[in-house]
Amino acid sequence: MLADMIESIAKILFIFGMNIGFFAPVLGWVERKQSAVMQDRIGANRADIFGFTVIGLFHSIADAIKVLTKEDFIPTGANKFFHTAAPFISLVPAIVTFCVIPFGGRYTLFGHDVNLVISDLDVGLLFIFAFSSLATYGAVLGGWSSNNNWSLIGGLRASAQMLSYEVAMGLTIIGVLMVYGSLKLTEIGVMQENFFRWGIFMQPLGFVLFLTCAIAENKRAPFDVPEAESEIVAGYFTEYSGMKFVMFWMGEFLEIVTISGIVTTLFFGAWHLPFITDQMLLSFFQFAGSNGASILAMLVNIATFFIKVIFFIWMQMTIRWTLPRFRYDQVMKLCWKMILPLSLINIFITGLVFLR
Amino acid sequence: MQLLIFYILAFGAVISALLMVTSKKPVSSAMSLIATMVFLAGLYVLLDAHLIAALQLIVYAGAIMVLFLFVIMLLNVDEKEGRMAGNTILLQFGAILAIGLVFIMMVSLVKSGGTLLVFGEGADQFGTTKAVGKLLFTEYLLPFEIASVLLLAAIVGAVILAKRRIDDPDQKERIIPGHKG
Repeated sequence: MLADMIESIAKILFIFGMNIGFFAPVLGWVERKQSAVMQDRIGANRADIFGFTVIGLFHSIADAIKVLTKEDFIPTGANKFFHTAAPFISLVPAIVTFCVIPFGGRYTLFGHDVNLVISDLDVGLLFIFAFSSLATYGAVLGGWSSNNNWSLIGGLRASAQMLSYEVAMGLTIIGVLMVYGSLKLTEIGVMQENFFRWGIFMQPLGFVLFLTCAIAENKRAPFDVPEAESEIVAGYFTEYSGMKFVMFWMGEFLEIVTISGIVTTLFFGAWHLPFITDQMLLSFFQFAGSNGASILAMLVNIATFFIKVIFFIWMQMTIRWTLPRFRYDQVMKLCWKMILPLSLINIFITGLVFLR
Repeated sequence: MQLLIFYILAFGAVISALLMVTSKKPVSSAMSLIATMVFLAGLYVLLDAHLIAALQLIVYAGAIMVLFLFVIMLLNVDEKEGRMAGNTILLQFGAILAIGLVFIMMVSLVKSGGTLLVFGEGADQFGTTKAVGKLLFTEYLLPFEIASVLLLAAIVGAVILAKRRIDDPDQKERIIPGHKG
């Protein structure tokens, strides 16, 4: 009982520390530095502590101080309650969804069974969809409650876009569910121990469609029409400043991490190294005793998972700074006239293969 | 512990439902309805129906209510519009109907002795995706298919209502290829 509690607390602290303490601030820096490198600029390099700049990493700290001391502005005529609630509504789902994504397998440590996922739900994947669909309200309410026409247009765009891509995203992963026969993310992870059973080989089309939908759902370029700077100032968060603005921004970055986690779990073998089964890993570390072998295997698996996650974060960042923004009608057309039919075809073909 | 969570969720559901009816702004009403649905999803989780809870959040709270909000915001509905204040006969009828329903439910609850759920075989499987799916596609296949056909009819109706008519002169210039309206 006590061991279970310690295990749960350790896992929660690890994931929260990783997401809020590491990924959120560092991604803010990566976003700037990578864009600078890709556009042949130098990028953030001024913040220093005793003359050390560490390639601009201290800008994360400077940003935090700036944001915390900034005026919290609410425009006249705005709905105060919803204006304050909107950033929370968009941040909380981004934090919560990571708790069903497994970041490692099952290990026996000192006679205690450790399952490296915060909450091993039977409906794991649906849980993620449920909460990411609630995130829509953050953008919609933020746009509506600001009493600003640009914000309202941004909110309207966000609601239609996120709703449409949610529908398509749900259909793109049906193929994966048919292949693995489970909604439980840990089970899907276990079934990808064999390299040739990875999701990317079983469902290549599903992967491309899912990643597209996920980026659109996260409202990042090339799908950032709800906040299109050149048309509607900053869209739904035009009237936000200080901490509340940063909450929208953190929600976006945490969603990048979550998307990478889902992609890794569904399509890229979760915590498994290619061609190496769990048994091989354990026997390789046998020199450290059975507990030591478990711990070492666990560390290797966690590292594997997060390296894959970081790769997909990098990929999303690269896409974001490579492609120009779509026009709004193109965004909707892509969803309803291309991705939706393609994912239906994908489901149909998967079904045919299974019937054969 | 479970009872405490139940009370929190139940009170939250009732209070947000009352707020939905009493609040004057359409957006506040819609948000209260969403809160009610989230609390109801929590109640489903307490009843071990995880799948239903997730679907409640995805379909009702996540999709349908976003459309509600979208329409409210798009039309910019004023708080004065759409009140049912004058229609007292209808209100009275509705109130009687609602009270009658609550009464019927209470009677059946008391009669059943407080236990509504009867767990048969595979009680530990109750509420899982597999169990619900199997029931849907074997025992309740006919109602399931009828509901699907109903939804299909609704979809076809929506498409017919929303599509542009080619022979409509007002909209003719909007369907010229390459021209973006």
